[in-house]
Amino acid sequence: MPDMDGEGLLVSMRGINKTFPGVQALINVDFDLRYGEIHALMGGNGAGKSTLIKVLTGVEHPDGGHITLMGKEVHVRSPKHAQALGISTVYQEINLCPNLTVAENILIGREPMRFGSIDWKKLNAQARETLVRVLGMEIDVTKVLGSYSVAIQQMVAIVRALEIEGAKVLILDEPTSSLSIRETEQLFEVMRKLKSEGVGIIFITHFIDQVYQISDRVTIIRNGLLVGTYATAALPRMELITKMIGKTITVLDEMSKAKAQSAARIGKEPVLEARDFGQPGQVEPLDLEVFAGEVLGLAGLVGSGRTETAALLFGLETPESGSLTVEGKPVNRFSPQESIKRGLALSPEDRKAAGIVDELTVRENIILALQAGQGWFRYLNLPKQYEIAEKYMRLLDISTPSADQLVKNLSGGNQQKVILARWLATNPRVLILDEPTRGIDVGAKAEIQKLVLALAEEGKACVFISSELEEVMRTSHRIAVMSNRRKVAEFGADVDEQTVMQAMAGE
Amino acid sequence: MMAKPKSSFSMRKITESKLFFPFLTLAIILVIDLIAIPNFFSIQVRDGNLYGSVIDIMRNASTVMLLALGMTLVIATGGVDLSVGAVMAIAASVAAIMMNPVIVGLELPPDLMKFINDPQFTYSPLWEVIVVTLIVATICGLWNGILVAYIRIQPMVATLILMIAGRGIAQLITNGVRIQIFYQPYAFIGQGWIVLPFSLYIVAFVFLITWVLTRRTAIGLFIESVGTNFRSSMYSGINERRVKLLAYSFCGFCAGIAGLVASSNIKTSDAFNIGAGLELDAILAVVIGGTLMSGGRFSLLASLFGALVIQAITTSMYAFGVPAFALQAIKGVFVIFIILLYSEQVRALIRKISAPKGA
Repeated sequence: MPDMDGEGLLVSMRGINKTFPGVQALINVDFDLRYGEIHALMGGNGAGKSTLIKVLTGVEHPDGGHITLMGKEVHVRSPKHAQALGISTVYQEINLCPNLTVAENILIGREPMRFGSIDWKKLNAQARETLVRVLGMEIDVTKVLGSYSVAIQQMVAIVRALEIEGAKVLILDEPTSSLSIRETEQLFEVMRKLKSEGVGIIFITHFIDQVYQISDRVTIIRNGLLVGTYATAALPRMELITKMIGKTITVLDEMSKAKAQSAARIGKEPVLEARDFGQPGQVEPLDLEVFAGEVLGLAGLVGSGRTETAALLFGLETPESGSLTVEGKPVNRFSPQESIKRGLALSPEDRKAAGIVDELTVRENIILALQAGQGWFRYLNLPKQYEIAEKYMRLLDISTPSADQLVKNLSGGNQQKVILARWLATNPRVLILDEPTRGIDVGAKAEIQKLVLALAEEGKACVFISSELEEVMRTSHRIAVMSNRRKVAEFGADVDEQTVMQAMAGE
Repeated sequence: MMAKPKSSFSMRKITESKLFFPFLTLAIILVIDLIAIPNFFSIQVRDGNLYGSVIDIMRNASTVMLLALGMTLVIATGGVDLSVGAVMAIAASVAAIMMNPVIVGLELPPDLMKFINDPQFTYSPLWEVIVVTLIVATICGLWNGILVAYIRIQPMVATLILMIAGRGIAQLITNGVRIQIFYQPYAFIGQGWIVLPFSLYIVAFVFLITWVLTRRTAIGLFIESVGTNFRSSMYSGINERRVKLLAYSFCGFCAGIAGLVASSNIKTSDAFNIGAGLELDAILAVVIGGTLMSGGRFSLLASLFGALVIQAITTSMYAFGVPAFALQAIKGVFVIFIILLYSEQVRALIRKISAPKGA
């Protein structure tokens, strides 16, 4: 049993308190990490997981409490200091330099030198060797990092943390949210290997399956309070979820009922109809139609062309082949503005880079698309803006102190709801939701899925894109499967998971 | 400015306002002046008009204030406009040649020739001079806007083109000659006085236009949105190109007005000296006003305070007897000090000191 001094523990955090203006983010939270342990940290959005990690990595300074690292009390002053102490973090948003090559990213600050200048040959060889040794991954290390998928970028970040920073404590913040199944397996292998070498890993994720697959213990935080730390194997799944959201979920049953009900109201004429629609290299020509009142699920692995299809439908790019009709009218000018006018809405995959405008308030974010449609001079006056914002804050249950809060201060799930609110305010006919539940806790996920069905029931056509097959199956009336940048299959709601998976795998 | 008065009055709220630091800096400078320089705040009344050091600060700051208004919008979109000084020179040349075209060899009817040095004579009427000048200046801004928004040249490079070429264009317009402006009513723009210097009324008027344009329409929101995250803005249906085009055009327009004021002040079109170096003062004013160079939130009033801070430093230095050649160096020291005030660390420190614990 761990004793109170934190001896025998890699990390011990005791009685951590942290208050932000208006919010008590952490209240007397304890957390331990043993040597050679994978410890999952779970909790809803805004529960305090991120704050706890920020305290451990020196981003935030606790108002109270002690941190012991390998038996010695430490005051982590800054992220740099944390790194020097052997605590490294790989965030869900990659914090490497996308314009540098993979090799440079791995070895930056430790470049091999020769005659006073960087020995590029050796640098590249060293980087390649490291990648193969740690991850068993062979890629061209001289290409810029940004040209690789998020998954690979993440792997590179992990390699850097381990090899260069010599991490003893590795924090993985939502590492798998953008990885394919195979890549996730690969990552888990690496994690197991590190574990056997005595590295302590704090694993933050929303995927409950993965918690059971990989973690030894799990700590649950809710509303800034420690719910408890448990041996994963001894904690039934249902109990874990209940502890996280603080209530038993009957949502799943409700969902299937709602879906069955709404299926009856699907329209006869497609609202959105794509024929032979595509852009070589991005999306092979495909046929797609969405009916009013229907949720069309778009399943597929990362990189299968789902996101590209969404971008093409929304007019972010101009297609090179085929036709698109919206409510029977052919589309010939492709731009977001035109699409919005036609009643389309896109909630993009990358919430931070293409969704929220983080320096603006919740109110401004919510009215943004509506106002953009109105143009420069038909300005919604402030009372009207508050009215709209507050209406959707209520409707979508957005938790924020006020409509004047900067949206960057909200949790991920609430930011996602703000983006949904932004589009709902424009009263769209077609909603394209690209990974709307990515990085969101179980409770909020179910809420958003329910919301999508409710919107369909109101007669909106929805395209629902997600990496979680289970979620797609649960939410959609019809499922289109993408693989290798082409649409490979289409199923009704009664299809079983196995069949869809085979289609995804391109079999 | 428009915040709904929901939460209570707090120290933190004040220190976080964009207006706080420019105002504080200005106050500190003026308090030092008050202590160290006798009669600094004395104001004389002559013919019903007010004169004094403080009035001088405001009057001399008027060109930079005008530039800062346009520059604020450009910087808020995440760009910068280096060409405003050169645009001022172009504006001055256009205005001068319209009032006094003879010097560049234009044939005037002989009956007009004799009036050419008459302080009541102008070839084109004053309203026409002003309108044409401002149109030319706005076109200069439009050019910058096209380069930045549509051809996607980096703002600093794009506006550098006009910064360099502009003074040449200004000279081409006047055929390389410095044109003297004799027309008396024109001088009123920069030198007139109605209780306060007339140029201050111009500043107030342009401020009002800018404020209404940005805060009574959606343009301010769109600028802040584009400056913060242009991809998200585009995805939301904002035409970010048009927003940028507007910001740069308006910046040119403001530079045109500043050019009128400056040329009226010295009564010539001096392609080399009008607006020389003022682009940097304008940028500095905006930065002191708390708008980030990366774009996003802006405050017009804070930028005006920024311009006043810069001028107050200059005027105070002169009053302290600092020789002109040392001025730039000392100004630099002040700027470092001011920019330090903006670093998050220093701000947090100030907050810690000024707000008692548990507040």
